Amino acid sequence: MRWIGTIFREIFGLFVDDGSFAITILVWLGVTRLLLPRLDVFSRWSGLILFAGLGLVLVESAVRYARGRQTTLDKQGPKSASHS
Amino acid sequence: MDLSIGWAHAGPSILASFLASIVECVEALTVILAVGSVRGWRGALSGSAAALAVLLALVAALGRALMNIPLDIVQLVVGALLLLFGLRWLRKAILRSAGLIPLHDEQAAFSRNIEAMQRFGGVRGWDKVAFAACFQITMLEGTEVVFIVIAVGAGGTGLLLPAGLGAFAALIVVIALGIALHRPLASVPENTLKFFVGVLLSAFGTFWFGEGIGLRWPGADWAIAGLIAAFLAVALLTVSLCRRQASCDAVTVRP
Repeated sequence: MRWIGTIFREIFGLFVDDGSFAITILVWLGVTRLLLPRLDVFSRWSGLILFAGLGLVLVESAVRYARGRQTTLDKQGPKSASHS
Repeated sequence: MDLSIGWAHAGPSILASFLASIVECVEALTVILAVGSVRGWRGALSGSAAALAVLLALVAALGRALMNIPLDIVQLVVGALLLLFGLRWLRKAILRSAGLIPLHDEQAAFSRNIEAMQRFGGVRGWDKVAFAACFQITMLEGTEVVFIVIAVGAGGTGLLLPAGLGAFAALIVVIALGIALHRPLASVPENTLKFFVGVLLSAFGTFWFGEGIGLRWPGADWAIAGLIAAFLAVALLTVSLCRRQASCDAVTVRP
């Protein structure tokens, strides 16, 4: 019955592989859920605000990954960097 | 099917479901071909067929259950899940396009599976190994397809059928190619597909979540097309930012 556990892990993995990325998305969705309906600009700009936040989360996470890789390579030195 | 739904909804639903499902079906096909060619086709195909039956029952049960939940709650929850799923795919596809993580190699996966299957002993009577391996991979990849179909189809009235049709078409195409080629579909541009599907699912997720919180999108359903274009632009920009970062790495660490 180990395969059932594997399936549950796979289902969780469908939504989360980088924990901080998933949490930031959920936090932004929570913020928009709570705040956007209370703003005067709700009907006009809220779609753009919702999208802009998600876009920023995506860009930040991908660029952070690229920077993290640079830090790792810097620590490993030029020899290992040439192999990656 | 509600015939009043517009092409703005049904078209992207079919496309998103088809493209996302084809990626998952190709991954399942790789394992099924490896198992079938080493252990025999009876166990392999029975395992896949059993998993497909379980998945169909799951779709029927979940689809019926979803009908009883208020639409705005479904849109909110499904939108959030779709965003987690779609943005995760898109992020990974961006990092692959920028050369920061390796591309998925179906041929290598096929060889690994062949090797793994050969490690088990010879086949006597009913092949449990082949059955279990194919049942598991079909359940795993099929669960992803079921989620995609439900997520893409649950956001609006009458969308479950177009989403289901997209997934079914993907299954038929992959089965036909599998029968014709008898080898893994190594030439499928998987990352390009995942990139585009990530864009589509993220756009759908944003739209459904917005609808779920009561947001009125400018242009109504056509806002989906705008969101697709906007996510595509952001994704392409991010690829270029990550590539620049990677080329900076090369300059920084070179002796």
